[in-house]
Amino acid sequence: MSDRAIPVLTVVAGIVALWYAASVWMNATWVFDQAERAGTVVTWAEVVPQTMAQDRPLLPPPHQVAAQLWQGITGQAVTSKRSLVYHGFVTFRGTMLGFGLGIVLGVSLAMAIVRFRVMELSVMPWAIISQTIPIVALAPMILTLSNQLGIDSREVPKAIISAYLSFFPVLVSMVTGLRSPDRIQIDLLATYGASPGQVFWKLRLPASMPYFFASLKVAVAAALIGTIVGELPTGAIEGLGARMLIGSQFGEPLIMWAALFAAAILAGLLILAVGLVERMARARMGVAP
Amino acid sequence: MIWLVGAVVFWGLAWALNVWLAGSRMGQRRAGRIAVATLFGVTILVLWEGLVRGFAVPPVILPGPSVIGPTIATSLPVLWADFVQTVVKGALTGFAIGTAAAFVTAIAIDRSPFLQRGLLPIGNFVSALPIVGLAPILVMWFGFDWQSKAAVVVVMVFFPLLVNMVAGLQATDRLSRDLMATWSASYWQGLFKLRLPAAMPFIFNGLKIAATLALIGAIVAEFFGSPIVGMGFRISTEVGRLGLDMVWATIAVAALSGSAFYGLIAWIESRVTFWHPSQRG
Repeated sequence: MSDRAIPVLTVVAGIVALWYAASVWMNATWVFDQAERAGTVVTWAEVVPQTMAQDRPLLPPPHQVAAQLWQGITGQAVTSKRSLVYHGFVTFRGTMLGFGLGIVLGVSLAMAIVRFRVMELSVMPWAIISQTIPIVALAPMILTLSNQLGIDSREVPKAIISAYLSFFPVLVSMVTGLRSPDRIQIDLLATYGASPGQVFWKLRLPASMPYFFASLKVAVAAALIGTIVGELPTGAIEGLGARMLIGSQFGEPLIMWAALFAAAILAGLLILAVGLVERMARARMGVAP
Repeated sequence: MIWLVGAVVFWGLAWALNVWLAGSRMGQRRAGRIAVATLFGVTILVLWEGLVRGFAVPPVILPGPSVIGPTIATSLPVLWADFVQTVVKGALTGFAIGTAAAFVTAIAIDRSPFLQRGLLPIGNFVSALPIVGLAPILVMWFGFDWQSKAAVVVVMVFFPLLVNMVAGLQATDRLSRDLMATWSASYWQGLFKLRLPAAMPFIFNGLKIAATLALIGAIVAEFFGSPIVGMGFRISTEVGRLGLDMVWATIAVAALSGSAFYGLIAWIESRVTFWHPSQRG
């Protein structure tokens, strides 16, 4: 543990130090401008403290971001529109919806591809091409489409975008996973007189589980990115992406940074949760940890 | 009605043809594979057109391919200007800077196991983060023109490539490195003649991830402010004006350039890593 913790902590400390240096350097311009307008001369000893506590810093120093984040999380009731917990939950809900959709789509496509050769030949190339299309280009489009179709909820377009990004890792891993049993194992089941359905449930599906969980970690991160991107151009008023947009439009860098770090924390929690589910599933299936 | 029936009949026929093609000897060959995939793509276009005409969907909701095609043809100059602004200036510049920076960083920390152990978990974590969130901040720093878009792309492509490259540089086995040592190869000789070539499959893996991220970054950054040219700008303004044929035309250009960029990298990969098992199949 400690042979990994020490290097990681050192690098983190280095990043924080660099960040402080950069924020002094970038925010100092503003302090010098103010001093010049007031007709006073400031020394570096006076400049540095002033760069640490501006209302609209170019680059807020870490402690300001941390304070804003803390204030956003604990400063008010979690149901308040100003609470990051509230916005984080909206984003989390969208992510889960898209993640679930993506898993269902990815797994069912993979099952069809493994079962029917024609599906593999016709769908697989387009699935790969679909990922090279920048989905964000489609985002405003999906919103207008669902609006015109009478779907008022902003959840649906967000979920579609996030499912679009998250189905692909699941699809690729599940195709590999469902094909991972050896010829000899399939032959053994054939000698038992197993039907194709039984081969699927008793051999292929269990064999694909390690691949499935490996892809889930990638997919959940992709789903979160999709949700946040979906909140940006679709004019959403709730969610972490919307907070970033609001911060950008009103020139409030602290709001942007706090939302960014809240998104980072959410990403970390989601990956941890997927890891936990994986460990539970492996224990249930009797795989050594 | 006739359009609807026609589209469904075409779908059925194309699917039957595909099933036959995939089962026949043609399906084993390259030409057969391409034919099946192409037929599937054409089927989707025909179904789209048939559904739009059959249900008389107004073009402000969903224009059919027959409307989008002429729009692409008539507004080529606009699409080209958007392409240059977003893809060439924003995405490609950022991609070049970001990959070069990741390359140099990976080689710089290659000699320090301590830094690698520290940077790798952080790099892995950062590449899972929604970095696109930095877009509004970088637009604030670098202004509305392509520089801010390139900056977003740099940040987005840096970590996935760094992580892949550090992993790739560790991919050689003890035996090969010892062999280099018995030939008294210097550090740089060992790097260029053994470890860098061995890392190529990993590097190209990272480059392919970075290629799709680059376009996403460049387009998202334009939603936060841009000059009056660029794909993200075009999409958000045309959606507002209900010029959906133009939106779809831009999406088509984005899809085409994204696929072409990815295909180019995959092609270079097959030339560079011809020795790798995954390329020999």
